[in-house]
Amino acid sequence: MEWRSKFAIGGVVLYLVSTVFITYLAFDGRIALQTWNALFWLIILFASMHAIMKSFIQESENRQLYYYMLASGKEVIVSKILYNSLLMVVLSLTGLLLFIAFMGNPLQTLTVFLINMLLGVVGFAVVLTLISAIASKAKNNFTLMAVLGFPLVLPLLLLLIRVSNAGLAGAPLAEAATDMLIILLLIFIAFTLSMVLFPYIWRE
Amino acid sequence: MHAIKNNWWKIAGIALVVYVIAGGLLFEVPDLPVLRESIRNIYFHVGMWFGMIFILFMSVVFSLRYLARSRPEDDLRALAAVKVGLLFGLLGLLTGMLWARFTWGDYWVNDPKLNGAAVGMLIYLAYIVLRSSLEDPEKRARLAAVYSVFAFVLFFVFIMILPRTASVSIHPGVDGNPALATGDLAPEMRWVFYPAMLGWFIMSWWLYRLFYRMSRIEIKIREIRENQNNQI
Repeated sequence: MEWRSKFAIGGVVLYLVSTVFITYLAFDGRIALQTWNALFWLIILFASMHAIMKSFIQESENRQLYYYMLASGKEVIVSKILYNSLLMVVLSLTGLLLFIAFMGNPLQTLTVFLINMLLGVVGFAVVLTLISAIASKAKNNFTLMAVLGFPLVLPLLLLLIRVSNAGLAGAPLAEAATDMLIILLLIFIAFTLSMVLFPYIWRE
Repeated sequence: MHAIKNNWWKIAGIALVVYVIAGGLLFEVPDLPVLRESIRNIYFHVGMWFGMIFILFMSVVFSLRYLARSRPEDDLRALAAVKVGLLFGLLGLLTGMLWARFTWGDYWVNDPKLNGAAVGMLIYLAYIVLRSSLEDPEKRARLAAVYSVFAFVLFFVFIMILPRTASVSIHPGVDGNPALATGDLAPEMRWVFYPAMLGWFIMSWWLYRLFYRMSRIEIKIREIRENQNNQI
């Protein structure tokens, strides 16, 4: 049902391409590992904000009413989260490819970085989906989405940057395992909370 | 008599805080390197954070109760508690920054605990922004309650887990709650520290009640005004 707004996804992909290109131009292609990492996560974070914001805000009232008749609140939030996670996985992989193409590939071992990235974007999707549902109910919801979302994503982001820094430095998987477990735990908690809390936003 | 019977806890709170201010500044403290006399800040800085966590926890309880029963008073209570939490958090940050300046040499250092505190402040400021951008009171209450529960749980996980896994943190209390472990605090300081915590808890609760009653009175006044306008 989300394929109907295909142009929105196109917009986010274009956003990714242009930000990567701008960083490429700005940095002239020579950057240190840490900068590479920080830039990569910043771009992914903003892209995910953009992508997930669309999931509730762009829907008309009528269509929401239609969903309301078809499915329960739990079903809606779960499907939205799953869809957003999938979308983010695809987007982040595209982003990674683009980034490597333009900015060079400093990755020595791919596993740690890749697993961490996928976990991270799924985490973004889970946390931000509920926020986007809240923001969609309010006025000037684009600002609100950023204001509400950033502090909640920040802890996740700090963890992710730490792990991927380790991954870039070529750390083995075992070393990053505890941090990844915490990320998983965060995702799990956010997911359960979304399921419990969403029906309260939904019924109207 | 009646007043004393109902308000004994406020009097106890005042007594405790006065005792803590006097005792905290005057009593003997162990002379430690680097910390020196600034150790006295522990009664205030740690007290602020404990008070903040306590009152924010109460706020989440009210938010949950609102979601369960949809009574507007619970929403007002949650908001009042958040306001007190923000005030305590701000004071905690200020005392902490001052302390950091004298012991670590800078007002702010990049440390998991400090970042956690900053994130907490941002979350609750966002809560206030969210409220102000919604006009329908019922909707505002519901969305704010949902956000508050969601944010508090994530925030709590963050400040409880993350600092413990970080490899470096210069803020004390890496393996447990700072200053609560028996080996951490010199015996003579406990005579001030425990009353200090209790005193700040009582103060935060009292402030919360004041905020709550203020908001109720404001609503009453508005209702009365509207009624007068209707009659004219």
